[in-house]
Amino acid sequence: MKSILRTTVSAGALALALCAAPALAQDAKPGGSIVITYKDDVATLDPAIGYDWQNWSMIKSLFDGLMDYEPGTTTLRPDLAESYEISPDGKVFTFKLRSGVKFANGREMTSDDVKYSLDRVTNPETQSPGAGFFGSIAGYDDVASGASKSLAGVTTPDPLTVRIELSRPDATFLHVMGLNFAHIVPKEEVEKYGADFGKHPVGTGAYSLAEWTTGQRLVFQKNPDYWRAGVPYLDTITFEIGQEPIVALLRLQKGEVDIPGDGIPPAKFTEVMADPEQKARVVEGGQLHTGYITMNVKVAPFDDVKVRQAVNMAINKERIVQIINGRAVPANQPLPPSMPGYIKDFTGYGFDPEGAKKLLAEAGHPDGFDTELFVMNTDPQPRIAQAIQQDLAAVGIKASLQSLAQANVIEAGGTENGAAMIWSGGMGWIADFPDPSNFYGPILGCAGAVPGGWNWSWYCNEDLDKRAAEADAIVDPAKAEERYKAWGAIYADIMKDAPWVPVFNEQRFTMKSPRMAGADNLFVDPVHIPINYDYVSVND
Amino acid sequence: MATYLARRVVQAALILLGVSIITFALLYLLPADPVRQIAGRSATPATVDNIRRQLGLDQPFFVQYWRYLTNLLQGDLGRSYLQRSQVSELIASRLPATLILMAAGIACELALGLTMGLIAAVRRGTALDQSLMLASFVGVSAPQFVVGLMLLYVFGVQLGWLPISGYGTPAHVVLPALTLGILGAGWYSRMMRSSMIDVLRQDYIRTAHAKGLTRTIVLVRHALPNAILPIVAMIGIDIGIFMGGVVVVESVFGWPGIGQLTWQAIQRVDIPIIMGVTLVSAFAIVLGNLIADLAAPFIDPRIRLR
Repeated sequence: MKSILRTTVSAGALALALCAAPALAQDAKPGGSIVITYKDDVATLDPAIGYDWQNWSMIKSLFDGLMDYEPGTTTLRPDLAESYEISPDGKVFTFKLRSGVKFANGREMTSDDVKYSLDRVTNPETQSPGAGFFGSIAGYDDVASGASKSLAGVTTPDPLTVRIELSRPDATFLHVMGLNFAHIVPKEEVEKYGADFGKHPVGTGAYSLAEWTTGQRLVFQKNPDYWRAGVPYLDTITFEIGQEPIVALLRLQKGEVDIPGDGIPPAKFTEVMADPEQKARVVEGGQLHTGYITMNVKVAPFDDVKVRQAVNMAINKERIVQIINGRAVPANQPLPPSMPGYIKDFTGYGFDPEGAKKLLAEAGHPDGFDTELFVMNTDPQPRIAQAIQQDLAAVGIKASLQSLAQANVIEAGGTENGAAMIWSGGMGWIADFPDPSNFYGPILGCAGAVPGGWNWSWYCNEDLDKRAAEADAIVDPAKAEERYKAWGAIYADIMKDAPWVPVFNEQRFTMKSPRMAGADNLFVDPVHIPINYDYVSVND
Repeated sequence: MATYLARRVVQAALILLGVSIITFALLYLLPADPVRQIAGRSATPATVDNIRRQLGLDQPFFVQYWRYLTNLLQGDLGRSYLQRSQVSELIASRLPATLILMAAGIACELALGLTMGLIAAVRRGTALDQSLMLASFVGVSAPQFVVGLMLLYVFGVQLGWLPISGYGTPAHVVLPALTLGILGAGWYSRMMRSSMIDVLRQDYIRTAHAKGLTRTIVLVRHALPNAILPIVAMIGIDIGIFMGGVVVVESVFGWPGIGQLTWQAIQRVDIPIIMGVTLVSAFAIVLGNLIADLAAPFIDPRIRLR
């Protein structure tokens, strides 16, 4: 899973959206090669399975889906689909495919491939972590239970038309069709390689895989017949694997590396930003991320809303942002600022230790209480947890730190009485797609408040669940604003119950070599994370 | 000799069986769920259950272990949960790098360690001895990460003589092997020194001197072969350690060895890889020890294998 280790999956960013397209066309020169480093192995390049920081954008360059986003933005656009129509009741999506699109093996892609790919990703035998995203397609339950091998809701009236019928209106469905999990794969290649398809990926993407030496390097080469004219710009991209971020930075300074894929190591951040020459090559962008403290509403004394509100007032978020060298902005609500539905004038709970003490006294804890705070054990998370611990101590709450490996924290969070408080750092939510609903279901809705779930507050408000379903039934694009308002109100009401302390929204910093060209937002692309390989170029 | 060998092979098999049970049990008891690592955050509980069933992780411990063991006996280490590749392929792909680093690392350890130990033993009690032993103490206690980064910074970045990181040419192996050499030399030099001092006290050395042999000949021909025995045993153990991967040095220098594979697998609870690497390195330790024991009679004819 990708969230884990800073990871992520896609999704949105600052308001980069506006400047992207014009900047691209002018200064991009075709040709050239670049070197990108990553620390961790690339596990798989199978779009149905890959869900890591490293492989997310690689898969996007090898494969295409029906939908994608304008480069560097969160604006949806048709990709392998040429156009689409949504029925008035929001339950039937009809996609017209582009003609003449070819897989890397030379075969032309048709609607049968779309049907096959969706059947495959939802088939339990594929073990796709993304299967659940397709839950709104009619016939999903039969495929998920193994009763059927084919989604009844997906039909192919002709080779260039795909009709997808949903069992309920789903306003996020176009985003779902833009996820890697919905990318189109050719049946004959999947069957040829079986479980090893992820090592022998064949797609319709801008690049194809030319070389893969496990644990060492991957080489992507330009697809000369790519259906979208003019891209990609680069001839080859070499990914070097197993490179410590700090070493990647040294190699960047020597000119051996163009982009350290894991970003600037925290220990070097201040140094880099203090050097004007290096700072000039850093690109900053937002990401659809929120770091938060969960309070388990099923564990006393956090079953009392006053206690949860008091904790919200006790935390000094500015100071926590300083601890991570200002690589984030303080948060007051679950949604990050660049997400539609974010309420700009929302104030939430300000830093007010006196007010917190008063609330605690009202709740019957004038002298505070003892509790536990779980945290993942890699820097800087324990330091952040210590700051939280100090803030809590200042209002009388004595929290002992449980610093554990990530997998153990996740396990404790998903156990009903497992963890009273968790600092989500390193595991915080990054949206899969730029839509406010993506911050609700698994982490704040009733569906996630189950053993093994990700709703670590165990907060379940059935009234809000109902309003969430109503908001997602607003499919008409013309009513998008109304839908975003409805979602904003849901998050505002969640904050009244205060199951979380939203602490900060992380910023992303990418460093690039002087020869890299292309608009800044390509290097902090909110969807093609971490960078958009199809649109970057070199100037030498 | 044949019975000795047969007994040792049976012993080795039992050790490996024990290692497999203990490791499997520890991973089973770990309060972390591999399925959740595979499924990720967005998976519905139904998806998680499905993956658990597909992998057979819903079965009781002994059923799971029995299945693993029967596959293992057929030479099948299973597929990685996250990489979805055969574990044997993943380990095999990293074996060349591991073996190269092992050979170069042990060569550096020996070259540095034995020289230091020998000089210290011969010059016992002098300032030279004391400074060499201080250096070996620093070598033993210095963190790999620090030594590696220092070498990398000086020779790779400042002087630019050697590549900073990577794999492929002989130049790439120098810095990681030197890092391991500096650290391992501390152990070897101490062992060499004390073993050599023991030997130098023996009567036959005095006899050799009395015969009028030169100091060099006494040391190299008479003392060294006898002093080296414990070193051979130590190399046997070292081989096992290297096979398990030298995680930190591999990370610093981007060396694609088994250590990096293991580290990533541990972080993400990728049980088949952890099991595979543990068994392979346990096997290497057993094998390394066996070879060291078998070599002993050739180095010291007084030893008989029974």
